[in-house]
Amino acid sequence: MITFIIRRLLTSLVLVFFISIISFFIITLTPGSPYPWGELNPKISESVKQNFRKQFHLDEPIWKQYWFNMRGLFTGELRSIKDGRPVLERITERLPATLALNICAITIALSFGLLVGVYSSRVAGSWQDTSLSTVAFALLAIPEFWVAYLLIIGLTEWFAVPLMGTVSHGIIFPNALTSSLDWLWHLGLPATLLALGSVAAQSRYVRASMLETLREDYIRTARAKGLPAEIVLYHHALRNSLRPVITGLGGLLPALIGGAVIMETIFAYPGIGRLGYQAVLERDYPTLVALNFITAVLVLLGNLLADLLYAVVDPRVRLE
Amino acid sequence: MKISEQSPVRRVLSRFRRNRIGMIALAAILVLFVVAAVFAFLSTAHVPFPTDPNATNLERKLLPPNPLNWLGTDNLGRDLFSRMLHGSYISLTVGFVAVFVSLFIGVVVGAVSGYFGRWVDNILMRAVDAIMCFPTFFLILTAVALLGPSMLNIIVVIGLVSWTGTARLVRAEFLTLRETEYVRAARALGQRTPAIIFRHILPNAFAPIFVTAVLGIPAAILTEAGLSFLGFGVQPPQATWGNIIADGKTYLLDAWWLIVFPGLAIFLSALAFYLAGDALRQAAETRTERK
Amino acid sequence: MAPSNLLEIHNLSIRFRTEDGPFDAVKNISLSLKEGASLAIVGESGSGKSVTALSLTGLLPSPPAEFPGGDILFKGESVLAMKPGRLRAIRGGEIAYIFQEPSTSLNPVYTIRSQIAEAIRLHRPEVKDVDAEIVHWLNAVGIVNPEKRMRDYPHQLSGGMQQRAMIAMALSCRPSLLVADEPTTALDVTIQAQILEELKRLRAEFNMALILITHNIAIIRGLCDRIAVMFRGEIVEYGDTNDVLRNPQHPYTKALIACVPKLGSKEKRLKTIDYSWLEKV
Repeated sequence: MITFIIRRLLTSLVLVFFISIISFFIITLTPGSPYPWGELNPKISESVKQNFRKQFHLDEPIWKQYWFNMRGLFTGELRSIKDGRPVLERITERLPATLALNICAITIALSFGLLVGVYSSRVAGSWQDTSLSTVAFALLAIPEFWVAYLLIIGLTEWFAVPLMGTVSHGIIFPNALTSSLDWLWHLGLPATLLALGSVAAQSRYVRASMLETLREDYIRTARAKGLPAEIVLYHHALRNSLRPVITGLGGLLPALIGGAVIMETIFAYPGIGRLGYQAVLERDYPTLVALNFITAVLVLLGNLLADLLYAVVDPRVRLE
Repeated sequence: MKISEQSPVRRVLSRFRRNRIGMIALAAILVLFVVAAVFAFLSTAHVPFPTDPNATNLERKLLPPNPLNWLGTDNLGRDLFSRMLHGSYISLTVGFVAVFVSLFIGVVVGAVSGYFGRWVDNILMRAVDAIMCFPTFFLILTAVALLGPSMLNIIVVIGLVSWTGTARLVRAEFLTLRETEYVRAARALGQRTPAIIFRHILPNAFAPIFVTAVLGIPAAILTEAGLSFLGFGVQPPQATWGNIIADGKTYLLDAWWLIVFPGLAIFLSALAFYLAGDALRQAAETRTERK
Repeated sequence: MAPSNLLEIHNLSIRFRTEDGPFDAVKNISLSLKEGASLAIVGESGSGKSVTALSLTGLLPSPPAEFPGGDILFKGESVLAMKPGRLRAIRGGEIAYIFQEPSTSLNPVYTIRSQIAEAIRLHRPEVKDVDAEIVHWLNAVGIVNPEKRMRDYPHQLSGGMQQRAMIAMALSCRPSLLVADEPTTALDVTIQAQILEELKRLRAEFNMALILITHNIAIIRGLCDRIAVMFRGEIVEYGDTNDVLRNPQHPYTKALIACVPKLGSKEKRLKTIDYSWLEKV
């Protein structure tokens, strides 16, 4: 078990290195002026340009630029082009909000995914299964921003409900309960929308995994023992199906964290997704490098957690 | 002829034909294809059919669906239906070509990795793992924003980011098949490496790769729509389904048709591909994997 | 009073609906088994023997399985007409199974103890000390150090031990009939002999009926009183083991017996089954 963890950690470190290279590479390979102002802007003197180049090490060889960027990211030296604040600071102040959003979305995806997936595997081949399957694909096919706006039209127009940001303005005498309920409300809708595709994907993984598990010999044994169908399904089959399901969840992380960009922008939610979109609009390279890097590392951590979960679920892994 | 006795390709086709949902989806895709192809031509040749998509008419702005403008007009009086038709080829082209690019890269990387093994395999797979960690949409957005939003850039970037799944699949096929008897036999008979790859390994891998490809098209379509919506898709005045919604969101509460119809088009196109792809997957599954 | 028939199969036919059309796996077979008796069903793969075994407790998923004709009577009751609740009570409690691949027939994520306990609690709720009962049965099948072994996971046991554990699990519910579907095929030859000896011993000790399904006609002597030879869904020969083995009537039976290598024979090559008799039928 310990060796398993150590091996995974070492692989992860290698991956972090690869991730950092890729993050950095995107930026440097792009053509066009690195300056946030026009290349030929006559108002900017040559010395200002020189200072800019020096500050961002733009004249040094590429591997040195890489090193400065990465080091600067962690020491706080890497500063945003926009407001000069350390990139790390800008990201960490918004990270909790996005994490809350994603954790909420993951919980929704996992719970509904399991429910629907297990049910689908029970009734596999029936019209209920086919309809659920079609609904799942429909959820995957929905453009997130479209349904977000449809809901906004619906809810704000017909129900006059506040949706943007994290808090509703104008609540008189908020106490802890109303505040947290309000926060949950603001979190809930974007999280649910974010989770839509993942619920569908997760339910498909669960269904496929369950169906495969149900074909195993030990399920035949369980049935031959006279166990009722629910026990066979939930006690014997489900636990064995979890491994691919956990892997699937890990695979959904990039989509969730990436999808947060659109959701956060639409709902004016102050997370790193929105920060990312603004950085893209402003061509804020340091922030972009840092964001890509950090979000990828977050996904990596998520996958690591998933691997640890394997050990909980499957005793064969524990004894490797 | 019994299904189990038909050749593999015909077997898959027979099974697919039995799947009603799949057939409907396929029909929808064909219609979409024809429309997109026709309007790809009409649009780039600037033929104003059925009406000019770029003709502004401020007296007829923000009108709901009416006999003249079947789906209504936008804030500049442009006919929505026409704009949507003229923008259809963008979604489809991006979808198809981006998937093609990712397929190509994926197959090459996967084949090299699976065939040569050892440290080549190791390094490539670590790179794949690393790429898979990146939140795809944000990475694509970053790259497209920096490279400049053109259809070519979008296609290339999506392709460069999405090949990892295919690579893993192809590699897995190579790894299992590399050691099977008939590859060893082929090698024993003196066949050269590329021959072994093309004649023995790839045909087996073909089915899952094809299914992955079809299922990747809607993802590409949705990504393009998302990019368009955020302003980083193909630029105006060329209409795309995404940027119509982006322009329309300011008039959210007054002109619902500007949001509903293009979004519906994106949704239905993606759905058609998903359903057809899933039907294909079911039809292609071998006996042992049934259901 | 002569022991009554524990199991009777009358003109049973089993059909499967496949994508290519209906497939008759079992065609009009009849056999019977008395309490405490033992029957071997011998045949090659595809002969319908496993399908027959699974049908005894309604374990065949239907669809796609159908029963166009005949019936199965267990202790006088029709299995095909049984309600699901009654079928579940019989499964494991009256008719227990052991299967061919012990390594995949046990759930890998639960301990041996938990899996056997589950069976005992289900069919023998009167048992107070389940752990002691488990130890007793593991001992009975010849597993040493059962207290420690039962807390192991299936993959920690050898093939032979896994099969013994399965036998223990089956017997712990005190069934009146044990159906063993190719119980030794996946095991080493030396272990095979041990397991077969165990089965023989346990049968005698608990006066339990046994149906042994195998493709290997060589192992049934000494273990099974009667034998039914199946070929492509039909029973081609049925009778006392000694009679059949000494004096086979059907060409297929003769071919099967001829395939068994005999000690002291001067044959240089192993025989394969000769199907030439099919043309004459």
